[in-house]
Amino acid sequence: MQDSRSLHRYRIRFAKLEAMRYTGHLDLHRAWERMLRRASLPVAYSQGFSPRPKIHLSRALPLGMTSECELADVWLEAEMPASEVRKRLETSAPPGLGIGEVEPVPLEEPPIQSQIVSVDYIARLPASVDTRSLARRVERLLAEASLPRERRGKRYDLRPLIEDLRLENGHGEQEQPALMMRLAAREGATGRPEEVLLALGVEPAEARVHRTALHLVETKPHP
Amino acid sequence: MSMEPAEVQARLEHILPRVQKPGRYTGGELNQIVKEWDATSTRVALAFPDIYDLGMSNLGLAILYDALNQQDGVLAERVYLPWPDMEAQMHATGLPLYSLETKHPVAAFDILGISLPYETLYTNTLNLLDLAGIPIRSADRASSHPLVIAGGHAAFNPEPMAEFIDAFVIGEGEEVILDIVRAFQAWRERGEDRASLLRSLARIWGVYVPSLYRVEYHQNGTIRKVKPLVEEAAMPVLKRIVGRLPPPITRFIVPFVDVTHNRIPIEITRGCTRGCRFCQAGMITRPVRERSLTEIMRAIEEAVQVTGLDEVGLLSLSSSDHDEIIPLVQEASRKFSDQHIRVSLPSLRIESVSVELMDQLMGQASRSGFTLAPEAATERMREIINKPISTEQLIEIAREIYRRGWHTIKLYFMIGHPLETLNDVRAIAELCKAVLAEGRREMGRRAKVHAGVSTFVPKPHTPFQWVPCDTMDQIRAKQALLKRELRDPGLKLNWNAPEETMLEAWLSRGDRRMGAVIYEAWKRGARFDAWQEHFTYEAWMEAFASVGLDPAFYTHRERPLDEIFPWDLIHAGVQKKFLLEDYRASLRGQTRHDCREGCFACGILPIYSDLRRQNPGEAWKCPEVRTPTRARAHIPVR
Repeated sequence: MQDSRSLHRYRIRFAKLEAMRYTGHLDLHRAWERMLRRASLPVAYSQGFSPRPKIHLSRALPLGMTSECELADVWLEAEMPASEVRKRLETSAPPGLGIGEVEPVPLEEPPIQSQIVSVDYIARLPASVDTRSLARRVERLLAEASLPRERRGKRYDLRPLIEDLRLENGHGEQEQPALMMRLAAREGATGRPEEVLLALGVEPAEARVHRTALHLVETKPHP
Repeated sequence: MSMEPAEVQARLEHILPRVQKPGRYTGGELNQIVKEWDATSTRVALAFPDIYDLGMSNLGLAILYDALNQQDGVLAERVYLPWPDMEAQMHATGLPLYSLETKHPVAAFDILGISLPYETLYTNTLNLLDLAGIPIRSADRASSHPLVIAGGHAAFNPEPMAEFIDAFVIGEGEEVILDIVRAFQAWRERGEDRASLLRSLARIWGVYVPSLYRVEYHQNGTIRKVKPLVEEAAMPVLKRIVGRLPPPITRFIVPFVDVTHNRIPIEITRGCTRGCRFCQAGMITRPVRERSLTEIMRAIEEAVQVTGLDEVGLLSLSSSDHDEIIPLVQEASRKFSDQHIRVSLPSLRIESVSVELMDQLMGQASRSGFTLAPEAATERMREIINKPISTEQLIEIAREIYRRGWHTIKLYFMIGHPLETLNDVRAIAELCKAVLAEGRREMGRRAKVHAGVSTFVPKPHTPFQWVPCDTMDQIRAKQALLKRELRDPGLKLNWNAPEETMLEAWLSRGDRRMGAVIYEAWKRGARFDAWQEHFTYEAWMEAFASVGLDPAFYTHRERPLDEIFPWDLIHAGVQKKFLLEDYRASLRGQTRHDCREGCFACGILPIYSDLRRQNPGEAWKCPEVRTPTRARAHIPVR
């Protein structure tokens, strides 16, 4: 740390749910700043002309997707029990932001971003999807050695970013078919679920994508 | 048209992934109020006829939302207009305009209240009614349709929108909105027709029901006579005010997405004692009433606690005039700078105290732009518009601003003031250069001046209501001169397209016949007129042609002193006699300083003398009224 204040770092697991589905990453950051202020937690600020609260959020979730496994690192200027931090956040959280476990982490711990290696998603599809044909497309896609794609003018290979992909057929009348995927999420090598859907010929706007797990380097999966 | 909320939700599910910034359309934010629909008998939709991003920053609607939802048996929900991409999706899927809180179609509400702070929202208002599936014209609505009411500063000339709005609220909404709800409930209880509802609304102080009046015109198109058609129709309709400002609201809804102003708005003063002659707000928001330092500080603390927002705007037409502004700023800086909360003061007067206040508020924060609004560049012109300040003093203030570390000074001017010559316009460029020279002396090439030059439109209820607007040719010539003169890398010039100024002028000065023009322009695709990229001048010209009205009639005529104006049936509290006197004073270059220091008898006191008596002392900036007048003031309080 660049200054002598005693700082205390907490890692907070949180869910980004339905109500916040269309809140982008910058706005989510702002929602955190506001929540921390409502919670009267002594957040540390950066130095300089326009001090910003020290909050790091895990990898941006594309607009429209929900998640049960986001992580935030927050630096406080005072030490307090993790349970107290959690309690204050729970009462101050906006709709759509669910607070989970809070644990103190060492200041020297690397940033969340660099710890994430892969991410699990479930994409729920409309019941009208032809699951037999989709199953064949999944099989064919996994059999490919490379999947050249273009995103925002940049060409890349999607195939090595797909670590796992399977189709679960809906059971019973209410259940929708769903695609389960594990995608690489390293610096410069991040698989995007909507790209996988497009590669399968599924219109991303028709799917409900939910992030179910972050896998961190050299630690047990989170969760 | 009554779609169930579940169906609205289902369609949104399909649409929202396909539009820009879908977070505008979801509702569900922190501090929104959701009451039980079925258990609440009177349901009000509060609409801002532009997108969410702008509407969420509207303090007036936030106040009404709070006031209505506090009432048992009443609920209020929010409605904003969709951006064109969303509108196309709504049309394609048959989705009607809905409320954010419970996703009920607007047509399912009892009352639709529309905020009209400025005139360029008129075509959007028609679009709003259309998207809601409510007949555009008041006369075509049945008892099953919501009652459509509107209020806000633009309502001080309600006539151009008279065909479309069932009832206007003239003046301050806090109390009258509850009167309207009660009248609505009583009418529903009685089970009478819509005409009887309108008549009962007309009895309420501050409510104007246009269909209860007939306007007759002279051959030349000016008004001959305005005739009330029923005994309930007051003539004129007197502006509603509150005797004492209620405590500021604090439970602001916190948007999930970025909006125009991400700040806590706290109104510290209502009204302005300066009397700038071009300023409609300054005339129609009288009398001046202030909130106390204690009340303001308490509100800020509360609002920060419930919203977590990090910016507070202390709103007023002239914030440095607040009696306690210095201690207020000192206390706010002391209390909130540790919490990294920024306090902003829009509308500062050009005086050294303003610079000190800003200096204190900014603390260590980076200093980008400091805004001053001299409005005119020569002392002669500033005397005519009654914003007297010497050029020497202005330059001195500018020097002080640069000296304290600001790099950019934004200077706001208007062209097209009455009696303006090209010399007055050239002086704008000279003043900008003189200010820049001061900046260069302090900090060299880093110093900048941004000149914002808009075009004056003579507004109803102001001393300049008699004067004509500049023509487009005049405006273009003046703008060309400025563009020629202001060519320095340190100078930046912004101006308004003359076409936009014309629209503002037609709409703010129009009579009832303008309604047909607005309708035809809307039919031809005019909407979002306040957005440069959407405004289409051609649609408006075609609309005028199709209706057979001459736009110049509204804008370029010097009006005879005895002309009956379309807005004369609204009484804004200030007497027409006073406005005329003040207009004549302006022609003599005679100024009238701050009316805190001496009353100029604008008419507010005799009209609201009872209210003043009930709220003595510092609550108002008008003199005290001592003896009860024998004849009660003619406020139709029931």
